[in-house]
Formats: sequence, C-alpha cells, structure tokens
Amino acid sequence: MYALRQWSVRHARGMNAFYQGFETLLVRLHPLFKRIGYQRLERPVAAVERGVKGLLFDCRMCGQCILSSTGMSCPMNCPKNLRNGPCGGVRANGHCEVRPEMRCVWVAAVAGSERIPGGRAALREVQVAMDRRLQGKSSWLRVVRQRVGEVP
Amino acid sequence: MAARGAPARRGSAVIFEDEPVPGYPLPILPGHTSPGRFERVLRAGQFAVTSELAPPDSADPEDVYRRARIFDGHVDAINATDGSGANCHMSSLAVCALLTRVGYAPVMQISCRDRNRIAIQGDILGGAAMGVCNLLCLTGDGVQAGDHPQALPVFDLDSLTLLETARTLRDEHRFLSGRKITYAPRVLLGAAENPFAQPVAWRAERLAKKVAAGAQFVQTQFCYDVPLLRSFMQRVEDLGLLERVFILVGVGPLRSAKAAEWIRTHVPGVHIPDEVVKRLAGAADPALEGRRQCIDLVQEIRTIRGVHGVHLMAYRQEETVAEIIERSGVLNGRVPWYPGRDPQANANRMAS
Repeated sequence: MYALRQWSVRHARGMNAFYQGFETLLVRLHPLFKRIGYQRLERPVAAVERGVKGLLFDCRMCGQCILSSTGMSCPMNCPKNLRNGPCGGVRANGHCEVRPEMRCVWVAAVAGSERIPGGRAALREVQVAMDRRLQGKSSWLRVVRQRVGEVP
Repeated sequence: MAARGAPARRGSAVIFEDEPVPGYPLPILPGHTSPGRFERVLRAGQFAVTSELAPPDSADPEDVYRRARIFDGHVDAINATDGSGANCHMSSLAVCALLTRVGYAPVMQISCRDRNRIAIQGDILGGAAMGVCNLLCLTGDGVQAGDHPQALPVFDLDSLTLLETARTLRDEHRFLSGRKITYAPRVLLGAAENPFAQPVAWRAERLAKKVAAGAQFVQTQFCYDVPLLRSFMQRVEDLGLLERVFILVGVGPLRSAKAAEWIRTHVPGVHIPDEVVKRLAGAADPALEGRRQCIDLVQEIRTIRGVHGVHLMAYRQEETVAEIIERSGVLNGRVPWYPGRDPQANANRMAS
C-alpha cells in the first residue's frame, strides 16, 4: 500500500531498529529451524514475510532484501528495479519518470537512510547483480543461513 | 603536398605518435585500458568533444556513415545510442561495427532495458572484437517513453552492476558466472550522470558509486544550469573523484522556446531553467540564439575544474555541432582524427 510504504520510510529508524532485533531473534532460532527443516519452513515463512513486508513496504519478494541499506524504501518498486540509486529521469517534484503519481523510491531511500544510523554509508555500498532464482523465496530464512554460514 | 616520408602536417596540436588506420589496431599505451583514441585524448589532458549519432531507422550502412561524417574534424568520439527514448532503431553494436570499419572512435551505449546479462556480456565481447574501445553503461529509459510501450522491460542488470560486469570481463578475464574468457575486451568504461535530477544532493554520491563500480569517464545529461553544475562539481571534488574520472558535460542547442518547453516537459530528466526559455522566446532568431547560448555554455563549462570535455547532443540538428565547436574554440586548433584527415600519413603507414 502506497501510503503505508511512505509511512514506513518516515519511520525508517524504528523499522530498522525493530528489524535488527528481529534478525537477532531469528538467528537464535536457527537450531530450531534446522530441526524442522528449512525446506519445510520455506513456504509458511515466505507467506508471513510476504504479508508483513507487503503491507509495510510493498515488498515484491525478491528474496534478497536490502531494505536496511535503502532507508526502508523497497527498490523493487522502482519500475527499473534499480538497486543502486536513482536513474537520471527523476522528475523535478521527486516523482518517478515511469509512474508520475509515485514518489521515486530512491528519493524516499535517501530521505529514509538519513534516519537510520549508518544509513548514508549503507546507501553507498554497491549492490551486486540480483539472483533471479530467489524471487518469491523468504529473505529472512536466507539471512539466518547466511549469518550462521550455511549458505554464502 | 608533403614529400614522401616526411611527417604529414596535422592540426596545430600534434599529440600522438600515430593515428589509426582502419583495420590496424593502435598499441595500448602504459596506464591505458584501451587502445582507443578517445582514451588517449583524455589522458593527454586535452579538452575532449564527443557527440551523439542517432542510429537510423534503416538497414543501409550509408545512412550511418552520412550521419557520422557530419562530425568530421570536430569530435573525438561518437556515441551510438542504444534504443534511446525506448524507440526502436538500428542497434548500437551494429552502428559501432560500421563506424570502426572506417576508423571512427565510437562509444557503444549499452542499456539494461532490452537485454539480460547473457546477451549484454556477449555484446561487450562482440563489440570489442570489432574494435569498440569505449562503452557507456546505462540503465536506459523506461519502455513507456517509446514507440513500443507494450514491450517487456528487462532491467536484469542496472547501470552499476553493468559497469561491474564490464570491468569483470576486462580485468578479471571472466564472465559473471566465473567462466574464463581467453581474450579480454580492452575498453574504457563510461557511465552517465544527471546532476540536475532529484535527489540533487545525492547525485555526486551516485557518481562515486559508479566510479567505485568501474566508471572511468562520465557523460552528463544536458546542462542548462551552470550554478547547479558548479555545486555538483564541488561535491565531486570533495568526494575525491576529480583524479579518478573524466567528466564530459552534456550540452545541446535549443531550437526555440517551444522546443525547450516540450523537451523539459516530455524528456525525462532534462532541467531547463525559466530564464533560458525566456531568452529564447524574446529572440528574433531563436535557433541562432539557441546556438549562441550553447556556445556560451561550452565556454563557461570548460573553465570549471574537473571538466574534461563536452558531450554535444544535437538531435535532429547535428549539422550545428561543427559550428558550435568551431566558434567556442574549445579544440584550440586541434583537428580530431577522421577518415581521410591525413591521407599521406596513412599511405606511409600502410606502405611500411
């Protein structure tokens, strides 16, 4: 939802703090997840993730979430899927070239990143090319497995 | 005519030992990443001029050559656009291949809109194999802007990951997949930047990201607002980028107040201040006034620290490029190479 997405960017600081805590909790649950099996968890967790992040961020389930690096503005809402900054076509009012009624997700990202500690530095990181196989998969579970070193 | 064997007379500023003969690759100079003449001009500290060739809606090679010849003696490299404005034209790869055949130095524009990473990497190898020495890595205009709004926008990569991809091919001699390539493309990597679009305050940072991803030169969007350009360049300097990237500022003549008005409302990302439009509206000969404004801009822009050249885009008025460059005096009497500039030197080299 567009209005809620803008609200989330305005509250990027709180959102990010909450997520950091949530991620720590998820990592602690790794032994449990492992017992149940990540395969089996994939579908229900992805469904929850889709519901929560879909509501708050208009999440597109790219499966490789970088919200913390983009000021809580989901870059997959950019019609060009730009994950490294705005294109050159942003309108004078800060709206999108392709969808004039929408605020550019990168104008929002720059604003949101200023509210997150270390946000500006995170914005400068060069994001690698996307892995399109992860589309629709849970980013939460992937982050846990990355943090414990199960997957690269 | 010069005596046989004597050095041929060239433009007043001779910079290079040798100049290209079509089909004869130049050696790569120390510290260069490409054998291209464009990189040589930039690294020699010359004020570079590039322009843009609008690829024809035709399969006739002569249509390409006719469009290139207009720039003869006035530009160091010619950009071949890749479906600009999301309109369908001859491919930039093909235009470049035609241009290199006769010795021109093209800048092959690559947009992420129409091809995925498999196609793009193949095109980079193919372009380099055909003598392309300069790539411009772009995101690309959205399909809604062009004549095929029904098309699938690909955007598998973005301009940043495209730069990284090209650099990986060149420097690590491998595809993104990790698979080795046996002969790497020897290219100079470029990017675009728009200092005049929102978020203005973050544009220099974005350029820094592009430099970190491999951009060696930058061509900007049309500049009609010098104060805004100056503050952008100041920020670029503060970020320590001046020594790391060659910046060519985009300029172009406006034909009339009406044209300016149309461009700033319809072409994404072009910012034209009201004063510029007013000056055009009040002029007796708006086209002449537009060219005069462009010349003034070029002369003002060249004095800004860190600006290494101009990228003159004169869509559908390409014949004005020569006049603007000539009258602005930015080439300082230098005559950029073009096919047939120094026939005697060519004859000597081919004979040797």
